[in-house]
Amino acid sequence: MEKVEKMKQKNFRSNLITYAIVILAFAIMEAWKASGNLSSLLSGLLVPICVYVVLAISLNLVVGISGELSLGHAGFMCVGAFSSAFFSKCTEEVITFMPLRFFLAILIGAAVAAIFGLLIGIPVLRLRGDYLAIVTLAFGEIIKNVINIFYIGLDENGFHVSTQDQFSLNMEADGQIILGGPQGITSITKCSTFLVGVILILISLFIVLNLINSRDGRSIMAIRDNRIAAESIGINVTKYKLMAFTVSAALAGAAGALYSHNLSTLQASKFNFNTSILALVFVVLGGIGNMRGSIIAAVILTVLPEMLRFLSDYRMLIYAIVLIVMMLVNWSPKALEMRERLMSRFFHKSAKEGE
Amino acid sequence: MSFISYLINGISLGSVYAIIALGYTMVYGIAKMLNFAHGDVIMVGAYAAFSVIMYYGGNSVTAVLVAIVVCTVLGIVIETIAYRPLLEAASPLAVLITAIGVSYFLQNAVLLIFGSTPKSFQSVVNLPSLKLAGGALTISGTTLVTIISCIVIMVVLTLFINKSKPGQAMLAVSEDKGAAQLMGINVNGTIALTFAIGSGLAAIAGVLLCSAYPSLSPYTGSMPGIKAFVAAVFGGIGSIPGAMIGGILLGVIEILGKAYISSQLADAIVFGVLIIVLLVKPTGLFGKHIQEKV
Repeated sequence: MEKVEKMKQKNFRSNLITYAIVILAFAIMEAWKASGNLSSLLSGLLVPICVYVVLAISLNLVVGISGELSLGHAGFMCVGAFSSAFFSKCTEEVITFMPLRFFLAILIGAAVAAIFGLLIGIPVLRLRGDYLAIVTLAFGEIIKNVINIFYIGLDENGFHVSTQDQFSLNMEADGQIILGGPQGITSITKCSTFLVGVILILISLFIVLNLINSRDGRSIMAIRDNRIAAESIGINVTKYKLMAFTVSAALAGAAGALYSHNLSTLQASKFNFNTSILALVFVVLGGIGNMRGSIIAAVILTVLPEMLRFLSDYRMLIYAIVLIVMMLVNWSPKALEMRERLMSRFFHKSAKEGE
Repeated sequence: MSFISYLINGISLGSVYAIIALGYTMVYGIAKMLNFAHGDVIMVGAYAAFSVIMYYGGNSVTAVLVAIVVCTVLGIVIETIAYRPLLEAASPLAVLITAIGVSYFLQNAVLLIFGSTPKSFQSVVNLPSLKLAGGALTISGTTLVTIISCIVIMVVLTLFINKSKPGQAMLAVSEDKGAAQLMGINVNGTIALTFAIGSGLAAIAGVLLCSAYPSLSPYTGSMPGIKAFVAAVFGGIGSIPGAMIGGILLGVIEILGKAYISSQLADAIVFGVLIIVLLVKPTGLFGKHIQEKV
């Protein structure tokens, strides 16, 4: 019992540190911004950083805690981004109080993405391993493609939907095109701020960390570690897998909402395979199942390409090399062994005590 | 008649997917990794052939041979430097991410060398097109060559794997690495050989792809790469006839979908069919059903 208590305390402390890091980072950035020394480049990155951090937390729930590989998380982000931006455009005149509208938009983005997560999860979670990965990839591509062909307009008679072009909407003269096929949604009011982003990070951290340390979270991890053993002690595998998948989809949707309200034009082509992969890179590089790690990885990998701008054309090449080298150093068994040997040489005493 | 011509175009595109998917499936079967850089190897192969023809005035045959050599060497180098140290890593995701890193690297290296403007690729096939049914049906030389090379590759590869010693070693390693090693098989060498063959095939696929769709850019390889990956899964990943049939089916569905349903939705249709197939047969058309033991 005592051991359990100790573990709980340790978990609690570790979670507090994670929250503290986020808040501290926020305070530092705000102070930096207030001092006027923050470059416009970096201040423009603040909201995207928050978006990618939330996305990384969301994907880490699926990949790290639930142990399933998802290659289509950009699809959920896409759904969240479009549904929230759609809502914002439609209610621009009805709800004039911007924070309330934005809050509702984020909720709607998360809810719609969660519904998609649930609908996709029910058939898909029967598959295992790489097959599941490829189906999530397929869903991401399908969502992107389907949004690309829709045209939706709004006038006094209500909504008009078409899959041809904007002229076949047959709108009245006062009609306004909301979703314009490949052009996406244009002239969105910019609502996302760094503060909202950080609050969203804290909320998603709170949800995920509490889920992990709850009875449900332990069931999810038990399924990850040994599905058959978990099933044999009466854990409902489908239910818990779906739970993780849906929560993760909702968070990705919220990230999408934050993302869409930071841009003036939103296009579905932005949410391609590379975005899903980028999120996966955050998770694996930061440590599978480690929320703090994936936050840090997301921040570093979002800032790194901008910091490397002085290399101009060589920027992405260096980025790729850094990525490969980081993976080799962090994951290769030989490199890990060597690191351990070096560590034990430097900290000779502590290594011996450890034995 | 137009249906038959669409069908033939579909088979031709599908043949290219099939050749790429063979590389995917072989590598997956033996190293249990999804090689996301495979699509970019195709692109490198196409650029190699392009340079030989444009800058050195070589003929088609030399261009194809040079492309194959370049890609084979590239495949071995990538495997040795980036993948081999990670094949025994704690999580199979590690090598996946490294493959993505390699993919970024290849794209950006080519971008630096050749620039981002798409190059117009000159078809390596100079055969006249075939006219059938009194001129109502035309099959271009490129299409014919693509389909024939796909069949030849399939036959040669099947013979190689089932009849030759290195081929048998590949089967053994994919079955059980540890046991294969105990039987005196050079496991690392066999894996490198698999990468070499897969990358060589990618070069051929790249040249054929760009002969049919003559615009070549550093990102040419990524979408066909993903499609071929889908084809490999479609047929049951790890199975060679599966990759072949999966590739051809995928090409046919894509072209017919483009022609009869919607050109914008063609990709969505391809992926939709994949999902339905996997829901009915969770390990693909030719995939082995593995029984779980407790």
